[in-house]
Amino acid sequence: MTQLLRIEDLHVAFKTDDGLVRAVDGVSLTLNAGETVAIVGESGSGKTVTSLSIMGLHKKGSAEISGSISLSDHGTFKDVVSLNDEQIRDIRGRAVSMIFQDPMSSLHPYYRIGHQLAEAYLVHNPSKKKEAMARAVEMLDLVGIPEPAKRAQEFPHQFSGGMRQRVMIAMALMNSPQILIADEPTTALDVTVQAQILALLSKLKKEFNMGILLITHDLGVVAQVADRVNVMYAGRIVEEGSVDDIFYAPLAPYTLGLLKSVPRVSANNQRLTAIPGQPPSLINLPVGCPFEPRCEYKQHSSESGCNVTKPELIGTSDTHRSRCHIPESLRKDLFGKEIKELQS
Amino acid sequence: MLNFIGRRALFAIFTILIVSAVVFAIFSFLPFDPAALTCGQRCTKQIIAANRIRLGFDKPVYEQYWLFLAGIFAGRTYGSGSAAFTCPAPSFGYSFNENACVTDMIREALPITISLAVGALILWLLLGIGLGIIAAKFRNRWPDTSSSVFVLLATSLPTFVTGLALLIWVTIKWKLVPLSLTGYTSLVDNPYKFFQYFILPWITLAIAYAAIYTRFTRAALLETLGEDYIRTARAKGVGERVVFFKHTLRAVLAPLITMAGLDFAGLIGGAIITETIFNLPGLGRLTLRSVYEFDLSVVLATTILAAVVVIVMNLIVDMLYAVLDPRVRVV
Repeated sequence: MTQLLRIEDLHVAFKTDDGLVRAVDGVSLTLNAGETVAIVGESGSGKTVTSLSIMGLHKKGSAEISGSISLSDHGTFKDVVSLNDEQIRDIRGRAVSMIFQDPMSSLHPYYRIGHQLAEAYLVHNPSKKKEAMARAVEMLDLVGIPEPAKRAQEFPHQFSGGMRQRVMIAMALMNSPQILIADEPTTALDVTVQAQILALLSKLKKEFNMGILLITHDLGVVAQVADRVNVMYAGRIVEEGSVDDIFYAPLAPYTLGLLKSVPRVSANNQRLTAIPGQPPSLINLPVGCPFEPRCEYKQHSSESGCNVTKPELIGTSDTHRSRCHIPESLRKDLFGKEIKELQS
Repeated sequence: MLNFIGRRALFAIFTILIVSAVVFAIFSFLPFDPAALTCGQRCTKQIIAANRIRLGFDKPVYEQYWLFLAGIFAGRTYGSGSAAFTCPAPSFGYSFNENACVTDMIREALPITISLAVGALILWLLLGIGLGIIAAKFRNRWPDTSSSVFVLLATSLPTFVTGLALLIWVTIKWKLVPLSLTGYTSLVDNPYKFFQYFILPWITLAIAYAAIYTRFTRAALLETLGEDYIRTARAKGVGERVVFFKHTLRAVLAPLITMAGLDFAGLIGGAIITETIFNLPGLGRLTLRSVYEFDLSVVLATTILAAVVVIVMNLIVDMLYAVLDPRVRVV
């Protein structure tokens, strides 16, 4: 397996008038060619900040970034954190591309679709106008837009939401990048369109042998397309593992909470089980486990250390790791029962 | 597109008719006898009565309005026999105070006002948009702060202060621009004199408007910079300069042009204060004088003219908007 992306101990903090916001607090993850890695978490957990760091899209001066983001530029590894503006710009859209949550506002309303796509190519291959336009039409065709040559002459407002997201994907693939970051790519779309876009992403992943980093809060999407999952809470990864690990044998109380709060059709008029409380302020993080105030299982912690120290990310196996003070055997027991209940 | 323009143009003509009718009605119901205003203090009743008939004030209002409209297209002859006089089409009436056709008076004043407005427009667009761009580009740094100082000063200073200050310092004290004694010279006849004649009025008007445009441009640019599609452009690898001067500026252009069109229309109606300070015999001064002298036919004509300019500029702005914003075209 070719590794494409390796993030190590990434910290991102923003200075605000109220204090330092630690949006990302020691995140490490990897992405290989041909796989989809999901980052899951609720709003403000640091998913998007992590992905924007990979693109080097944080405003200069506003964000304090440390750690390393090692990214394969078609074979050569580059550390995004230490690159200068021009070097990062050169990587964007060529080695790594990104598609965004809201396709309705992510395309420039005043430029033709073909022009916007071609621009992505021209930025990295100047003075190849003809090729750029041909490539734009080719990519539109590839993402399933009918009459691509004609549609390339149209403006974004003439496209539906799903079609615009296809355009965004086509734009992201103009330079055949190896890494694609998809930040909530289906959140703004109808459910039927969601499935189409996810299928398209899976198809293109194989065709381009890309690694996809999928940012989402939708566990349904994760179950559908992800190979590995990172669950984030308050700027840290609280659990990582394969899709099966996360869905059938979760070991972090937060992951279990997320699973329990997914609405199910089978449950007859049952109330939704939400995780009580709110995520902590990222300015004044608790000394102990950030999830402790909302945790239903903290009384099981043997060390009674939940509000004293932050738990480490410890592995049950090579691939499945989680953060929790409760002894692992006890967790397997407790959470296993709940999962069984959920599945029944 | 043609359909769009056609519909807007028809609507504009309709609006002009309504506006002219309303203005005409207002002037007809004023508590003055328009015939009595046509001659001086030594007027006799006979003269007033004769003038009333000559100018058509004896007829009902709707007929007067019809004659007024017809005059615009066919010209109008007042009175009959040897005492008759004719204002050729387009005739907007006759001024007894000046003994001249209103159209001729406007024809003399209009080039001055247009020169004033166009020059000021160019100047304030350059200054306002330029400063706005600089302020947005160097947000919260010294160029931004200094442009805020300019905006604050320029918006708080009324034109009669900046105009007089310019006149006193630049013309009288420093003698940089000579006081024009020859009056208006057209751009074609003598460009040098033309610029000398207009430079200070242009600056006076431009300062006042540029302040608003600086603030608007800065705010609009900064707002656009936060848009999702700007992030998309950056994510494509587009350089900061192109992001700013192509993607961002392009989005700000359409609202700026709307603003400029309407402000320009307002100026054609007459920059009364500026024209008065610099003694420019433009439409503003003409209107002001006519109001003082109760020269109703002139006030009527300039009022309708101002309305027409606003309506026509609106039409032009609409069309430009359709060119600039693809979303408008389909509607």
